[in-house]
Amino acid sequence: MSRIHVSTTINGDDVDYLCEAGDTLLDVLRDQLDLTGSKEGCASGDCGACTVRLDGRLVCACLVLGAEAEGRSVETIEGMAEGEELHPLQRNFINKAALQCGICTPGILVAAKDLLERNPDPTEEEVRYWLAGNLCRCTGYDKIIRTVLETAAEMRGAA
Amino acid sequence: MAKDEFQSRQFKVVGTRVPRPDGLDKVTGRARYGADMTAPGMLFGFCLRSPHAHARIRAIDTSAAEAMKGVKAVVTRADFTVTPQDQGTRDILDNVMAGAKALYDGHTVAAVAATSRSVALAALKAIKVDYEVLPHVTDVDEAMKPEAPVLHEGRQQESVPEGYSQNVLARSQYGHGDVEAGFAKADLIVERSFKTAATHQGYIEPHACLASMGNDGQGDLWCCTQGHYMVRNTCSAIMGMEAGRLKVTASEIGGGFGGKTTVFLEPVALMLSKKSGKPVKMTMAREEVLRASGPTASTSIDIKIGMTKDGKITAAQGDFRYQNGCFYAMNGALGAMCGFAPYHLENVETVGWEVVTNRPKAAAYRAPGAPMAAFAVESVIDEMAKELGLDPIELRLKNAADEGTKSAYGPTYPAIGLKATLEAAKAHPHWSAPLGPNQGRGVACGFWFNFGGDTCVSLMINPDGTVSLSEGNPDIGGSRASMSMMAAEELGIPYEQVRTVIADTATLGQNEVTDGSRVTFAVGLATIKAARHAIEIMKARAAQLWGIAPEAVEWVDGAAQPAGPNAGKFPPMTLKEIAETASNTGGPIAGHFEVNAEGAGVSFGTHIADTEVDPETGAVKVLRYTVFQDAGKAVHPDYVEGQLQGGAVQGIGWALNEEYIYGEDGTLQNAGYLDYRIPVASDLPMIDPVILEIPNPGHPYGVRGVGETGIVPPLATLANAVSRAAGVRLTSLPMSPPKVLAAIKAKG
Repeated sequence: MSRIHVSTTINGDDVDYLCEAGDTLLDVLRDQLDLTGSKEGCASGDCGACTVRLDGRLVCACLVLGAEAEGRSVETIEGMAEGEELHPLQRNFINKAALQCGICTPGILVAAKDLLERNPDPTEEEVRYWLAGNLCRCTGYDKIIRTVLETAAEMRGAA
Repeated sequence: MAKDEFQSRQFKVVGTRVPRPDGLDKVTGRARYGADMTAPGMLFGFCLRSPHAHARIRAIDTSAAEAMKGVKAVVTRADFTVTPQDQGTRDILDNVMAGAKALYDGHTVAAVAATSRSVALAALKAIKVDYEVLPHVTDVDEAMKPEAPVLHEGRQQESVPEGYSQNVLARSQYGHGDVEAGFAKADLIVERSFKTAATHQGYIEPHACLASMGNDGQGDLWCCTQGHYMVRNTCSAIMGMEAGRLKVTASEIGGGFGGKTTVFLEPVALMLSKKSGKPVKMTMAREEVLRASGPTASTSIDIKIGMTKDGKITAAQGDFRYQNGCFYAMNGALGAMCGFAPYHLENVETVGWEVVTNRPKAAAYRAPGAPMAAFAVESVIDEMAKELGLDPIELRLKNAADEGTKSAYGPTYPAIGLKATLEAAKAHPHWSAPLGPNQGRGVACGFWFNFGGDTCVSLMINPDGTVSLSEGNPDIGGSRASMSMMAAEELGIPYEQVRTVIADTATLGQNEVTDGSRVTFAVGLATIKAARHAIEIMKARAAQLWGIAPEAVEWVDGAAQPAGPNAGKFPPMTLKEIAETASNTGGPIAGHFEVNAEGAGVSFGTHIADTEVDPETGAVKVLRYTVFQDAGKAVHPDYVEGQLQGGAVQGIGWALNEEYIYGEDGTLQNAGYLDYRIPVASDLPMIDPVILEIPNPGHPYGVRGVGETGIVPPLATLANAVSRAAGVRLTSLPMSPPKVLAAIKAKG
């Protein structure tokens, strides 16, 4: 099967790959680039475990074709920390026990970071609706929502 | 009292909220789950699944698929030539690769391994299966009728009376006293029937594995599982291998809740690897997870309770009919044991039924069998409280089981925490908060047995004084943190000095699956005892250096010291100092412990929920939710709270929305997260967890398992809240808007 050559930017780095026409961006990230932090929970855009940013907008990587990343910028969980320095959301997810099994965590962190960049002071309801596309089956969401709200307050205090 | 039983103590590490050791990997995307494993030269494996609910497989033609470029192996049941010795493992083989019949929509009938995903999927389409479609049955009450289509001949146990279909595999009975005499003493008798739909554990990580079988008869398997020893034992029996020749390594696990306590892909991947001579990776799509993994039982339950007008239960009776999918499971028995377990009853009689249907074989789902039973029992109790004008918590306190109660399923309870959870609920501001129009408050109790089982732990004192703890149970909710905490507590060293890892099957002895809420209890117990073993060795090493008897040494705050003035005058020797000199005092130091842990300590919880029902649409909103549960001793309170919150929300989904929907043709109609909708963040309020600590007499620190009980009360709690809000009793789950609206309209 002939493959498509794609040049794109992932977490700030130039990346080239070949993909089949039917490969999703998630397939490429996971199977070709070893960026397995983005998870496949459903491959139908319902669970949000593969949430990434494409040109600054949240998408499910399973609903984007690998070929569509040509010339664009992709941000994944692997690019969230600055070297050793964790993003405050990452640090607080550990310290406030906002994860159990952790499979939904990368997608939730990418989505929550995007929220706080758009809205540094969200209400509980805004956080709940923003993350409604990210399924978590372990936590009942309580500690996730609290941690996002507390991190938002912390980041506002530091700003 | 034996040394390993509970002893009151001041904790330094246990009970704190330390960061988990696997946290960094999980917030950075580094953690490797089942589908994140790869191997050089790896093939991609996929299953071909039956589109029919019940069909005889006349023939399978794989020749076209085998001839395709890139296809390296095709397997069918004909490749599985070994017949496992026990019926349970034969059922698992029949479930992972259909034999003479496909028994449900999604049942695997063949599998392919190829050089790419696209080639493998194309090859599945080239396999021709000749099916003779048979009549099917998916409803439990229908399946019990003598005229129902029969799945298996000759599997019915002697316990089943005449007049039932062969689909009824077993009947079990529990209880004591004389229920007829008890009902004769009652002022009020209520008898109701209930139904619950099958639901799925809904773990976000689909099943995945990577298998590598060599032609030397040895194999390696990496997979996401709740128990890699179970995987090893089951797969080796199916493959006809000695268990020691198969090494299984558990990946990080993306949720399980009981659904990963068995195997689905693993034996198939091993067979594809054996046949192709290459490593084979298999992952399930979400649709496959829903169609063909192990959802829970659907049920049909009758409850009859008699009560005096002041609220004393005089007799209780229950008939628990559980649909277990296409093979035997003991869910009905568990329902019959658990339903009335919270109560002190003079006269009780329950019957559990195990029924097979053309659905995937049920797996465990967090306190398997108990939530549906509690839904039925607690609904009737609530209805009677309302009828008699009694407070539902007072009524439960009046009948609550306590230390010394002979339980409804037989054993007599030691110290238990049910009354403590009820008292805490009664005193909580939630119970007395005002309610608005169309709002209702529900309360319910729940019980789970908890479990111990085979456990093996090694604790190594490293030369620099750090400690490595190896355990054999996949960490599904923070258990590596809890084990490190208990080791640090016992050794008297900081938490950070201990690192816990999950060992593979070749590194430790047999460990029971991560199930039965057993890990913090049983692995914790073994960890404490392994630490005590290491301490004995370290005391002996210090004694040797000091030239005194080992009995004259005691262990205090992470150091050996002479026990009293007569033992000699030596400054304390820390764990680190003993470790550094270990090579000169006899060699490496390690503690270990192996046990079939008993004394798990039963668990109780009480939940309160407020709901608002929209009278126009029947939609239910959960306004407020509080969980009260006895943890014995909460080792890491954050993760105990997490278990309570997560269990409650799974129960909320089960109560209000989640449902396996089968069509007339017996195929699953909602095999995706869009149509099988689990609760999302915007559906829910905060879940307020209240931890009670009534020490378990069977654990050195008083620990009880907490993982499962949290899902037992919510079905009833929500049903009671919705029924009070809607002014009509809801008896069928899920309480979806159309059902609630129909009930409101029927009431008039």
